[in-house]
Amino acid sequence: MTGTLRFAVLQAGPLDALLAPVYWFLSLWSEFMFWVAAGTGLELLQYQFMHRAILVGLCIGVMAPLVGTFLVHRQLALIGDALAHTAFAGVAVGLFLNAVLELGVSPYLTAVVVSVLAALAIELISEVTDAYNDVSMAIVLSTGFALGTTLISINAGGLAVGINQYLFGNLSTVSAENAAILLVLFLVIVATVAVTRNQLLYVTFDETAAEVSGIPVDWYNRVLVMLTALVVVGAMQIMGVILVAAMLVVPVAAATQISRSFSESLLVSVVLAELAVILGIGASYYGGATAGGVIVLVAVAIYVTAVVVGKLQTALGEKRHAEVDSIGAADTDGGSAD
Amino acid sequence: MSGIVGDGTVADGVDDDSSATEPVIDLAGVTFGYAATPVVDDISLRIDPGEYVAVVGPNGSGKSTLMQLALGLRRPDDGTARLFGELAHRFDDGDRIGFVAQQASAAKDMPITVREVVEMGRYPHVGFGRLGRGDREIVEDALETVGMAALSDRRIANLSGGQRQRAFIARALAGEADLLVLDEPTVGVDAESVAAFYDLLESLHEEGITVVLIEHDIGAVTDHADRVVCLNRTVQFDGPTAEFVESDAMRRAFGTAAALAGDSR
Repeated sequence: MTGTLRFAVLQAGPLDALLAPVYWFLSLWSEFMFWVAAGTGLELLQYQFMHRAILVGLCIGVMAPLVGTFLVHRQLALIGDALAHTAFAGVAVGLFLNAVLELGVSPYLTAVVVSVLAALAIELISEVTDAYNDVSMAIVLSTGFALGTTLISINAGGLAVGINQYLFGNLSTVSAENAAILLVLFLVIVATVAVTRNQLLYVTFDETAAEVSGIPVDWYNRVLVMLTALVVVGAMQIMGVILVAAMLVVPVAAATQISRSFSESLLVSVVLAELAVILGIGASYYGGATAGGVIVLVAVAIYVTAVVVGKLQTALGEKRHAEVDSIGAADTDGGSAD
Repeated sequence: MSGIVGDGTVADGVDDDSSATEPVIDLAGVTFGYAATPVVDDISLRIDPGEYVAVVGPNGSGKSTLMQLALGLRRPDDGTARLFGELAHRFDDGDRIGFVAQQASAAKDMPITVREVVEMGRYPHVGFGRLGRGDREIVEDALETVGMAALSDRRIANLSGGQRQRAFIARALAGEADLLVLDEPTVGVDAESVAAFYDLLESLHEEGITVVLIEHDIGAVTDHADRVVCLNRTVQFDGPTAEFVESDAMRRAFGTAAALAGDSR
């Protein structure tokens, strides 16, 4: 971990000064992982890049379903895909600027900027036209990807080599700097959702009633799409552009099958996403496969299991519900829950 | 913000003095259209606290648009819409209004329990905070009032239409609303539950809540509301329910609509 720190110091810029506490946390985490490795003898925990990859994966497992829950229930699952492709354009912009101007910025930072701008554009278009429409989303998606591939091909050479890591994600290329960026994104996302959970829930469940009750719906919609952009960029490192949207959607869909309450569904979706991330990273390491793909496959397997469990639950619960229904119908003023 | 110099619009001073009853909803010469033709045309309407008013009219008569204007969800092209004395679109004391829409509007497939829905009624009161003990008691009371206490932990998707609408009423009650606005609340609800639903509205009205009911089904309305506003782009009738039943406003409004549908203009 001292290697990591020295690397960070060598790269020192204004950003690194801000990120110093994060680097400190990363080194602590790495130490903890070494300790776990010593205790368990797990081979994959002996490499520092795996420590970072696992940490990034765990963060994705929390923030993606957290934001995804609000998206899925607003039928906005596609927006993650659209923003992922604009994030790719952002990466290309970063690589391009680095090649032309030698700025030395992380492509993930330019990706954050570009995809947040794209998110706002999608949201503002939808506010003007009064509907989220597939067509504009599809246009944004393909524009992003087209811009990305064009920029990258213009100054091809060395750049074309590195593009796979953004398209498909890569465990071994999670640098300390990128892990630090992700941790900051993670904190911003979790804090924002924690503070605005009630408002986001109300807007998601019943937009009109939320607006009548005085919640500035447009603002929360903007917040939600911007959060989505941040999640997408953060998760892109491991998941890749093409699969990143799956983490927003699949664990949430699975949790929807087996949860009754909203709070429960949030919790369950995070647990299932973490399960997919941990199993996926492990399997991909030992199987020598791309982590993003394996994680999504595990997540889908979990989803299928959840569907089956959900159906069983309904079948078993039907009888019990029927009894409660008869109570409900026969006027419940005596049905004391307290 | 400006440009609302309607015909004979009442000036701003109105909300302060005129003590006795400040109207809950006050529309003056309200006109609104999505395209060139107005959907609602020069409508003036005043609803006082404690009234039980039904707004009826055929499909496409502008009922829902009028409701959106009155609640400030849309701004009139002409005229003024006031809520509790404030311009409706600037009104931000949202906890005074309980809103129950057609069932289709809510994302009812999402995992959420009846209690969680009712808790939303407290959200305008707590802002970014969490619900406290007092809030939870209010929620339980509201569940009790609408007879949903026993079903409070059920997922909303697993309820019948009538039960679901009672949950939405409970949400409005939990918000301690003075004004309850319902937009065709009984669409897709079975007949038996509809009767119970109107009984519930009746008892809430008796407790002093102002009820504004937007309905397509005239039969249901004439049995319950004190006052009927019949709408078809303009106000066709506004008066006590008994008079409405005797008048030919209903036939005029609904008949006209049928005629209009015939020759597509």
